[in-house]
Amino acid sequence: MADETLDASGLNCPLPILKTKKALSKMDAGKILDVISTDAGSVKDIEAFCNQTGNKLISTTEDGGKYIFTIERVV
Amino acid sequence: MADQDNNKMTIIATKGTFDWAFPPFIIASTGVAMDKEVTIFFTFYGLNLLLKDTSKLRVSPIGNPSMPMKMPFGPKWLQKIDFGPKIPNVLWNIPGAESLVTWLMKKTMAKHGVAKIEELRSMCQEFDVKFIACEMTVELFGFDKADFIDGVEFAGAASYFDEAATGDHHLYM
Repeated sequence: MADETLDASGLNCPLPILKTKKALSKMDAGKILDVISTDAGSVKDIEAFCNQTGNKLISTTEDGGKYIFTIERVV
Repeated sequence: MADQDNNKMTIIATKGTFDWAFPPFIIASTGVAMDKEVTIFFTFYGLNLLLKDTSKLRVSPIGNPSMPMKMPFGPKWLQKIDFGPKIPNVLWNIPGAESLVTWLMKKTMAKHGVAKIEELRSMCQEFDVKFIACEMTVELFGFDKADFIDGVEFAGAASYFDEAATGDHHLYM
């Protein structure tokens, strides 16, 4: 289960990334954040974001146009 | 992971139209969200992007031949039509044309969930993007420093180079 959930539905690039960053920065290492997005571009972008920032993308799931990213705050 | 020794990024923002306000703030805010240390150097018309009042920023259809012009509302068949190539450029000289096109672009952006300029700009500042306004062009164009948002530094080209001395990402927009 996620510790926090961020609903970024309806928002477009780069807002899902910016809001993810903000949400993660308020969390402690090891905590899990679920991000919900309707922006198809965020599939690649969340992955790139995690690659660059060292946070761990645990899973990506799609459910009828909604993407759910589960991210572990690492640093 | 970002290389901590080489994570500087700079942008030179030179354009002051409504449409071109977006790329510098989008790239800068995303860069800083991805742990880059970002500086934007605003010069010439780019200075307009630092004004407290951004309501005067306009997108110009004149000499902007690649701008798609589609209706953000109405029936689907109407929304599909690109009016850009269909309307002779001379018609865009009619007073109010720029305001109309700017209004339509704002509507389109709101519909697509694109952030407002002020929102992106304040996120940049919240994430500590450094804004430098070119002192020379501030004076050249007679800008009043009191009209700029808080947190802007005023400096010259040499200061830009100091910021750009390291890092791999240096963009001109």
